[in-house]
Amino acid sequence: MRAYDIVIVGGGPAGLAAAVAAKKAGAGDILILERDREMGGILNQCIHNGFGLHTFQEELTGPEYAGRFLAMARQLGIPCEIDTMVLEIGSDKVVTAMNHKKGMFRIRAGAVILAMGCRERARGALQIPGYRPAGIFSAGTAQRLVNMEGYMPGREVVILGSGDIGLIMARRMTLEGAKVKVVAERLPYCGGLQRNVVQCLEDYGIPLKLCHTVVDIRGRERLEGVTLARVDESGRPIPGTEEDYACDTLLLSVGLIPENELSRSMGVEMDRITAGPVVNESLETNIPGVFACGNVLHVHDLVDYVSEEAARAGENAARFVRGLLPECEGAVSVVAGRGVRYCVPGRIDITRMAERLPVRFRVDRIYKEALLTVRCDGKLVLHKRKKMIKPGEMEEILLPREKCLAQSGLRSIVIAVEEG
Amino acid sequence: MEKRELTCIGCPLGCLITAAMEGGTVVEITGYTCQRGRDYAAKEVTNPTRIVTSTVRVEGGACPVVSVRTKADIPKEKIFACMKEINALVAAAPVKPGDILLEDTAGTGVAVIATKAVAKRPHSE
Repeated sequence: MRAYDIVIVGGGPAGLAAAVAAKKAGAGDILILERDREMGGILNQCIHNGFGLHTFQEELTGPEYAGRFLAMARQLGIPCEIDTMVLEIGSDKVVTAMNHKKGMFRIRAGAVILAMGCRERARGALQIPGYRPAGIFSAGTAQRLVNMEGYMPGREVVILGSGDIGLIMARRMTLEGAKVKVVAERLPYCGGLQRNVVQCLEDYGIPLKLCHTVVDIRGRERLEGVTLARVDESGRPIPGTEEDYACDTLLLSVGLIPENELSRSMGVEMDRITAGPVVNESLETNIPGVFACGNVLHVHDLVDYVSEEAARAGENAARFVRGLLPECEGAVSVVAGRGVRYCVPGRIDITRMAERLPVRFRVDRIYKEALLTVRCDGKLVLHKRKKMIKPGEMEEILLPREKCLAQSGLRSIVIAVEEG
Repeated sequence: MEKRELTCIGCPLGCLITAAMEGGTVVEITGYTCQRGRDYAAKEVTNPTRIVTSTVRVEGGACPVVSVRTKADIPKEKIFACMKEINALVAAAPVKPGDILLEDTAGTGVAVIATKAVAKRPHSE
């Protein structure tokens, strides 16, 4: 069986950045397995600009951003297998995959980096009544059709959900001549980045209706229209608030789910909130030598943060295969306190942590004039004032190692919103 | 004095910036975090611009379309004129990132460039 130091599952931004960093950190044989017809992952269909402000200090489109990392991977001579589907990863890190050229094959990995990304929540998860006509797409499917296949899915559009892809597609469909009538969001706040609200909706006069959802879908063969209604605080439609919209297309931008079938079946411990693996400070799962990064770990808003996180996973995987990553000794849990939905990483081995460890998290609602705190066994070690924090924008604190070391017998680190 | 509130789009911080205007000129800008935010606000209330991204049909390519963008930002009111020209373009494979597909879009002096490589379609297909 062919053996590699590191096998990376997924050739999107996470997989590419992990590979480049692992190679630079001295890993030998690396292989990236990608199921699509080309490398770059979802960036290939994200043709809009706004990527790379942190990583490259310039504004790139998705394909350009992917191109930068692809060039680095090529320069380092990292092999990539495209059109290749990973079927299974054993807990012994034997990877079973298949493609047209080789059929089914097995390879042995010294370390595995999970970088499979995420997929969209579909209509079936929403319990919308009505028929099942053609014309209902996830926003990302429509994005791929328009931007990669050169095909317009419809002319009169309603978008349900205010995730970034939905906002981006509102603009994209408008530019291609479609009429986007409304974006409806069930929650009282927008799910996407503010700049997308400004540039994709406000620029084109597309209304965003918060606290609204689709309560009926009409049309047997092709979608003919949808009914929106206002919802109350518990998300139930309020009778009498229904409004009909004629449309031939409904795009759903209602959430992303990390794609973890492979992780689960190999015995990786999962987090209930992120739907991604539980990882430690080295982005290593409960299986030593198996790392996770990018949207398979938790859904990010910005690719720059994916690249940064993936680079750390790649460096740690390289240290693991070179025998430089000390064995994990008892971990301190990182706990989501008041107002915080989840934290990544979920546990920390203080002896292995970096001097400043990025801990990323999301809050559960909008907070104004918020006080973010980090407490080590109750003792305040870090606080940060924020004018505004939103669930749609990931937050980060840099956890100082010396503060964690100072607390002898440390058991838990709690991140919370204490005011606001 | 007229006050205009806007959200900075320069980065994910999304600062809430207020521009005080008097007779079409900016008097005071507050709420920004960095110089880019200040510049954005000053520009947005006087001369708003955008980078336009879209796709162009490719003949003989491995993919049917190639992603493109305006090389620099163009005035906001030129977006649809620019789109009309982009939709009339056809590129011949192979296309390289940075290839100029249109020298001057909508009289702005700004070029439309490819953002992705599209190889020639293999003959075997």
